[in-house]
Amino acid sequence: MNDQKAKPSDWASSNRTNTIRLRNWTGAWLVTMAVATFGPLLVWPANKLLTILAITTNLLIGFGMIVANKRHLKGLDEMHQKIQLEAMALSLGIGLVVGLSYSLLDTTNIILSDAEISHLVILMGLTYLAAVFAGLKRYR
Amino acid sequence: MKNRLKVLRAERDWTQARLAAELGVSRQTINAIEKGKFDPSLPLAFKAARLFELSIEDIFQDEAVS
Repeated sequence: MNDQKAKPSDWASSNRTNTIRLRNWTGAWLVTMAVATFGPLLVWPANKLLTILAITTNLLIGFGMIVANKRHLKGLDEMHQKIQLEAMALSLGIGLVVGLSYSLLDTTNIILSDAEISHLVILMGLTYLAAVFAGLKRYR
Repeated sequence: MKNRLKVLRAERDWTQARLAAELGVSRQTINAIEKGKFDPSLPLAFKAARLFELSIEDIFQDEAVS
């Protein structure tokens, strides 16, 4: 077995392809989100057709991003899948629990400002990132 | 779960990256398995057994039993 040459890892190359595909879909989603957000404000005020087109494009590309993310996750090896699963469980749980408590604080007027969905997205994103790093550190 | 992956790899003068490529996982996963921080699935354990031409029990041992 010693004389076997190192073969290129199919797993590594397919993982790289999946990661690049996910990066491209995420980038496209971000760009279309920016267009749908700032277009009606700065470029085409009062043109509802363009706004609907921009939002629809963003939604469709978002579905593409979800599919790319699913493929990326399925392509990971079992340890990285476990790390991702734990991170997603944590971010979903914290997002749900803290998000609903945050919403209650708003609807009961305990806090003066409105509960913004962007705050929830930021919280979930940061939780997910922290959980992935913690998982990677645990198995290092 | 204890395992002999590191010994078997060293006997063949393989790097972790080489073994990872052979088994279709990442180098980090091989490192975690060798250190006993991550227990591989049964399919991955079978794959390792086939690669080293050994039985699963020759590579992986249950610490509760041994």
